[in-house]
Parts: sequence; C-alpha cells; structure tokens
Amino acid sequence: MAACSIGASKKFPDGNIVGQSVGLGHVLRDQSNFEVPSDKWQTIKVAIVGGGVAGLSAAWKLSKNNFNDYVLLELEKEIGGTSRSGTGTPVGYPWGAHYLPVPFQENGELISLLDEMSLVEGRNANGDLIVGEQYLCREPEERVFYKGRWYEGLYLHAGESEDDKRQFAEFQKQIDAWVNWRDAKGRRAFVVPVANCSNDETVTSLDRLSFGDWLRQNGFTSERLSWYCDYACRDDYGLKLEQTSAWAGLFYFCSRVRRSGVESQPFITFPEGNGRFVNHLFDRVKNNVRKSQMVVSIAPNKKGVDVICLADDQLRGFHCEKIIFASPMFTAPYVIRGFNDDAPFAANEFQHNAWFVANLFLNDRPKPRFARDFPLAWDNVLYESPSLGYVNATHQKGIDYGPTTLTYYYPMCHEEEGRTKLFNYTWRELADVCLTDVARAHPEIYDLCDRLDIMRWGHAMISPRPNFLWSGVREKAMLPWRNIHFAHTDLSGIALFEEAFYHGVRAAGETYTSASKRS
Amino acid sequence: MNRTPLLFLNVIIIATCGLIYELLAGTLSSYVLGDSVTQFSFIIGIYLSAMGVGSWLSKYIEKNIAEKFIDVELAVAVIGGFSAPLLFLTFAHVSYFQIILYTMVFLIGVLVGLEIPLLMRILKDELDFKTLVSRVLALDYVGALVASLLFPIFLVPKLGLNRTSLLFGMLNAGVAVWATWLLENRLKKNPNVFRIKGAVIILLLLIAFIKADRLTTLAEDALFVDNIIYAKSSSYQRIVVTKGKTGYALFLNGNLQFNSFDEYRYHEALVHPAFAAYNGEPKRILVLGGGDGLALREILKYKSVETVQLVDLDPAMTGLSKALPALAELNHHSFDDPRVSVANADAFVWLDNTAIEPFDIAIVDFPDPNNFALGKLYTTRFYNLLKQKLTPDAAVVVQCTSPLIARNSYWSIVKTLEAVGFTVKPYQTTVPSFGLWGYALAKQQAFEIPTQPPNVELKFLNVSSFASMFEFPTDMKMPDEEIEINRLDNQALVRYYETEWRRFE
Repeated sequence: MAACSIGASKKFPDGNIVGQSVGLGHVLRDQSNFEVPSDKWQTIKVAIVGGGVAGLSAAWKLSKNNFNDYVLLELEKEIGGTSRSGTGTPVGYPWGAHYLPVPFQENGELISLLDEMSLVEGRNANGDLIVGEQYLCREPEERVFYKGRWYEGLYLHAGESEDDKRQFAEFQKQIDAWVNWRDAKGRRAFVVPVANCSNDETVTSLDRLSFGDWLRQNGFTSERLSWYCDYACRDDYGLKLEQTSAWAGLFYFCSRVRRSGVESQPFITFPEGNGRFVNHLFDRVKNNVRKSQMVVSIAPNKKGVDVICLADDQLRGFHCEKIIFASPMFTAPYVIRGFNDDAPFAANEFQHNAWFVANLFLNDRPKPRFARDFPLAWDNVLYESPSLGYVNATHQKGIDYGPTTLTYYYPMCHEEEGRTKLFNYTWRELADVCLTDVARAHPEIYDLCDRLDIMRWGHAMISPRPNFLWSGVREKAMLPWRNIHFAHTDLSGIALFEEAFYHGVRAAGETYTSASKRS
Repeated sequence: MNRTPLLFLNVIIIATCGLIYELLAGTLSSYVLGDSVTQFSFIIGIYLSAMGVGSWLSKYIEKNIAEKFIDVELAVAVIGGFSAPLLFLTFAHVSYFQIILYTMVFLIGVLVGLEIPLLMRILKDELDFKTLVSRVLALDYVGALVASLLFPIFLVPKLGLNRTSLLFGMLNAGVAVWATWLLENRLKKNPNVFRIKGAVIILLLLIAFIKADRLTTLAEDALFVDNIIYAKSSSYQRIVVTKGKTGYALFLNGNLQFNSFDEYRYHEALVHPAFAAYNGEPKRILVLGGGDGLALREILKYKSVETVQLVDLDPAMTGLSKALPALAELNHHSFDDPRVSVANADAFVWLDNTAIEPFDIAIVDFPDPNNFALGKLYTTRFYNLLKQKLTPDAAVVVQCTSPLIARNSYWSIVKTLEAVGFTVKPYQTTVPSFGLWGYALAKQQAFEIPTQPPNVELKFLNVSSFASMFEFPTDMKMPDEEIEINRLDNQALVRYYETEWRRFE
C-alpha cells in the first residue's frame, strides 16, 4: 500500500514518440510495381537519394561547384538523418550525433566547411586549425556517476588499485604506439577518414578480433579499463566490447590523436549538436531539396537511371543521368531494380544497430547531492548503466542555471533482437527505462522533467563488428554501379559525421565530372 | 512558613526577564533593520506602553489571582522565550517583518505589565502597602540593572541572541513552576496541572536551546563567529548576513563578500583607479556582479555618470538592500538612484545576448572563481564578449582574488586579459577582512598607470596609497613558470584556484 501511494504521487512527464516514419520504409518490401503518369516525369541530371549528412554533403559539394541540375530526395519530413536536432527554449537540442572533433589540417574539404560556417579563427604556426573558443566543448567535459557519487572524467580513477593504474598506463602506451605507427607508404594506422588509413595487414588483421579479445590478448583484465573500452564502443558504435572489431576499438582511441603525448583533438559542439552542420548544409542547398519523398524504385537503364518516388500518395518520376545513393546500404536491394540479379556487393553485410534517444525538458537542473560531487558537465555518464548517460544542451552556451534539456542515449546492444524490441515498446515503457536510470543519480528527475520525447532509431549506425571493415565489401560498394554512386557513412564501416561527409563529397565529385561531361 | 521573601526573589527574576526580552527585541531589530537609535526607541516605547496596558488590564482580573499569575508567567515563557528564534526565522521569509516584531514586543510588554500588579496583589495581605510598594519596585529596578549588565557583557557574546531568549524563557517558566509551591494554598485547581504545563514548556525551550544551531543550519553556526541576522537560500546561492563587533558581513555559499568595517577599502580600490584611467568624463558604467550595491555607492560619487547598468545573477542579492535596511544604509541607497538599472542574469549569457550601447567603464566584480560556472566569467571568451560592449577608450577593472594566497590564479587572470588584447596594469591593496587583494586595470590600448585618485570624497585612497597599489612585492610578482590562459575549453583558472586555496582549508 505504501509503495502504491508513493508511486501514485510521483509526477510523470508528458511526451511522445517523435520522428522517424517507421511504417514508411517497410512499404518497400511489399510493393513492387509503380506506374508513374507520363506528365509526372521530369528530367534532371543527378538525384541524391537520402538527406542525411552524406546526401547533404553531396548536394553541398554540387552546389558549391555551381552544378545545380540535381534534386535531393529525403524520406522524412525533416532533413539530417541521425544528425537531426530540435529547436526549443532555452536552446536547441540534438536527436543524435552531437559533436565533431576538430579535423586534422589534412582534411581540407571538411575544413572548408568549417571555414564557410565561420567557426575557424585562423591557423597556428604548424598550420593546425584555431577554432573559435565558443564552439569548442567547454570544460567540464565529462563526469561519471559511480556508487552514488559523481567523479571528473570518463575513466573512473576513484578507488582504482595499483594494478588498475598499471594497466591503464600500459593501455595508453599501446595506444601511443598505434598513434605513431606508419606503414611503408607513410600512412597512419587509424585516421579520419577511414579511406586514408593504412591497409597494411599488420593493422587490418586487428579487424578479425573483437576488441574484448584484443584486450585479453594484451593482458588487460582491469574491470574499469574494460568498462572504459566498452563505453567507447557503445558510444561510438552502439556495440558492446565483445561485438566490436578490435580495429574499430583502436580507431576510436587513436584516430583523433595527432601524435603520442598530445591531447586528443578537441570537440566542436553546439547545443543542438550536429544539427548545426545539417542546418548550414541545408541552408545552402534547400532549393534542390524535397522532403517526405519515399524513393520506391531506382531503375538503371541504357540512358541513365529512372527514379520513382511517392509523395502525398502520388507517384513522380525522374529521368536521371546519375544517382547518388546516400541511404543506408542495406536498403539498396529493396529499391534498386535488378540489384539482386547482378549484386555488386553483399548488401546484407552492412548491418545496423538500434538506439533510442530521449530528450528530457527540465524546468530546472538537478542539484548536487554532495558538496564534493563533480558538477554537471557536458557529457554525464552512468557507470552502472546500459545507457550512455546524458548530454546537457545549455552547457555550451554557458547557461548554468534554470531550465535545460538533457539528451539521453540508449543503444539497444544489450538485447537480442534489439530493433524488434525497440519498436514493440511504448512511449511509457521507454520513458520509464530512461527515468529510472537517470533517477539513480537524480532522484528529483520526476519533478524536474516536464516533458520527455523519444526518437527510436531502428537503423541508427553501421555496426563495425569483426570481419566486416576489412573484408572487402566496402571497397566493392564504393565503386559506381550502373550510374549509381554509393555515398553513405556505411561505406566507412563507422558512423561518423566526417565519414558521411567524405563519401558525400567523393560521390558528388564523381558524378559531377561524369554528368557534366555528357552535357 | 513565611514564603514572602522567596516571592520577592521572583520579582527580581521576572524583572530581569522582562528587560531581557526588551533588549533582545531592540538588538535584533537594529541588527536586521539597521538604524539602532530608531529601533531601540520604537521598541522601548512600544514595550513600556504595552506594560502600561498590562498594568491597566490587571484590574479586570478579580478571581484566582495566583492561578492567573502562573498562567501569565507561562505565557511570557513561551512568547518571550521563543521570540528571538521566531523573529530570525520570519525575517528572511516575510515582507511584513515589522508587524510581527512590534506585535510580539507588544504582547510580551502586556504580559510583563500584568506580572507585578498581580504579584503585588498576592503579597498585599502579607505586608503593609508602604513596605510592599518600596520592596517590589526596588527589586524590580535591581532586576533591570542585572539584565542590562548581563546582556552586553555575558549573554550576547557567550550565548547569542537565540539562546539568551530561550534561556530566559526557561527561567520564566521556572518561576511559574516554583510559584505552584509558594502559592500552593491559594490555588483552587490541582497544582500539578500547572507543573505539567510548566515542565512541557521548559522541555520545549530546552530542546530549542540545545538545537539552537539548527535554526540556521548546523554548519553555519560553526562557520560564522557572529550572529546570523539573515539567512536565505535563493535559487543560486546561500546568502548569509552576520552582525558582530566589527559590523555586518555578507557571505555567499559561506565565502565572505564584504565586512562593513573595511569594505570601503575594497570598493574604493575597485572603482576609482578605473575612473582615474579614463580620459574624459565617463558617462556609461557597466557593473558585472556587485549585487550588494557597494561598488555602486562609489560609482555614483561621480557627477558625470549618467547610466549605471548592473548585471547580477541573483535577484535575492540585488533585492537584499530592500530586505535589509542596514545594507541600504551601507550602500547609500544606491539602488534607489535613478541612474541605476539592474538586470538579473548570468553576465556571460547577458553579454552574449544583449544589444546595448557601449560603456565607458566596466567594473567586473564577481565572486572568486571557485567553480566552473564562475570560472567561465574569467575566460578569454568572456573578455572578448566584454570588449564588444566597450567604447574604444573604455577602462575595465577586474577583481582577481588574492595574489598572495592564489598567485597563479591572479596572474592567470592578468594573462587572460592580455590574451584578448587588453593592456593590463595589475594592482593590489590590503583589505584586512580578505587579506592582500588583487585587481587588474585594463584598457584596449597602451596607457600609463594613473597617479592620482580622482577628486571625489574618499576614506581610504590618497595620492601615496594610490601609487603604491601598483607596486608588487616579490612574493606576489608574476611567477617564473608558465601560467596558463583561462579558456572555456580548459578552465585552467578554476584548477589553479582550487589548488591554491585548498592549502588553507
């Protein structure tokens, strides 16, 4: 009875499941014949299928080169894919990706985007970027909640044994060795974009192991080190330690460090996360973008490629010379006619994992419970939780008091059939998962949270599981096939803004030269 | 058995208690409301007249005089005993504090006014009128003497106002219980009824006496040497004001912000060098922080000043002068000056989001950078935002913690200002409550250290003390090791500050 009355008095926020049209994508699997009336056909040189970061980057690159005879077709009402964001008070908030490490000076195309957005103040004597202070993640960056207390940083130092310390130092040493490693051609083992990584067997053989195996083989048994690595895998890949390729695990730790002994590249971030990039890219190309367009058929023929899409119950067709296919790779066989008859690559090798992201709209921020608790940071991680914790949207704006929005991330990697389960859960069940988890650190969250919206990402990220990244399938998929140029972060095997951008720009470059030659 | 002499002892105790409550009310109200002449005058007036009302009312008590006397004693014990804690608790939370204060003083006065006439009527059968009047009144005045000597010498310094109040409540209740024996043959009701009532009251007062520190918080009484006269938790911080021998002191989250006895040193040193460094007549002044209004007091001394924009996070701080007239007195009612406008906002967010005409002088007076939310107010980003709100010749001053205790912190702030293109003239002075204190005077182009304080009324600065502020003894000079610039993405200052001040915890 007592428990009942306590439960009943607890305030539960309002909210909804938002975004992604789940049913929409599945229409593809059922229908196959689409008749477009002849007056609904249009001729255009290039169609970009998919308006996530890859598709937008392709469009941005085309427009930048004054090539405007293209259309971008996006399935959803909103552009941006998993880099989508929301607007609100006091600040906007992300629905997915929320930061970008400052690129190395060699990543010229990406830097030109940052320049265009006025994020860069200049270059230092070495030629490295100087990014505006207000865009670099403000300290304190991370904290971790463990046994009732908050500690600084992500790696849990509190209570570590001598052996833990030794292993952590040894781990850093191994990372440093990989950071400094160069192959015969002078290429780094791990660098962004993946396309510039060494394909030397010494490195690529790591892809045959899981990251868990690699840790064990190198004598790393420390529980907190394992947690740290597991967290890294869940955070960047949506996979557990044992599900992640050791190559991908090391990529996480090595690819953003210039050389041993220097800090990892700082993060560029905004309250709305990578939504800032999406909105900028969209702003540049919006005249060529069409939203709520479900591409139902991509049919290569002798003249080029015909694209059919469904919008407002109407079918519409485009006669194109080239297609930039910037949708998740697993969808290729469903929309590309004749794909399976002469499959250029095994699309089912591109496997994705599922996530849900919750935005908690708070009327005030949680108060520290102990004077020594490390204060609210940008990224707030719960050690004993399957979630990734939450990010505080007002942090980067220097707003330290009053209402805020917390973005809570939950990869479904702990469950078999995570995707099916995710879509079987109701809003109330997912909200309960989120609130009970956060309440362990902040019991007052029920009073603070006025609204809780949830986005379910059925195919959030490509999974860099062992024997995928360097199996050869990515290389095959990167080649154009019957005037279709594939461009998605999936092609890197790793879901990162930089990778999506790279493939978008690459594919745009390929189609632009070939399409314009004909005209 | 003749119990008369013992009843006379009661007179002394009653008289002492009565005067103590009056002194308590007077002291407490002059602490929290300031202007002790007015407060004492009002309290004495109300109290004495209420006693008169009590004496007059005594004629309506005709039967059971002994029982009524004991009831009156118990009532005084409760109301008088809890008066100080109750007044302290209500002060921070209600706006009509004075009504509660004067009502309480009036009630105590009426009850105390009833005591002596009732006691005299009890004693009238034992003694002739001449002797009765002379003894009772003589002892009454002796009691007053005891109280007025004990109160400042022993009670306030040793027990504080709360415990003094509770202690005398217990004495009053003790008198009542004792009287049940002395007057047993005059009582119609079972005397045990009164004894139980008395015991309960004594017990409650005793609990409050033991737990008196909880009336504020357990930690606060240990932390603050002086009497806490105001304690309130706003949405942003814990505000505590104390009153002691040296004057008023303001604490935010337990950190001293000023002591009235030497704050003029701090605030003169903060404000006037910037005015001296400005070429011409400054008109528009920006104050960031400084919700106590003491920097405003110094700024408003200049006739040329047309606008002062004060930005302070906490409305409870900028409103403190209204709640605490003693503070308004100290800052010369600066918040009432029509030239002053107040914005309650985080200065970082305010600078980022507010479009406003540029300022000639900026006084940056934040609490020390002991957390990240404060640390951001000392970053290159912050000073860049500030620069956008300044006229080209503007002078800026930043309070920079102690260059002696937190040397790296101090020089980190100086270097951070330089990193965004300011020319900085570091200076320091002595504020006894704080120790050696540091400031940074800055302009956007090269400038000479000002040599003369401006021509306004000053208590501390003169030509020689002004010049000496810009000289740094060896132990406060810029350290040899590399000092980090404080940025949003490193918050180096908070780490310096924590390391340096922790040594003194």
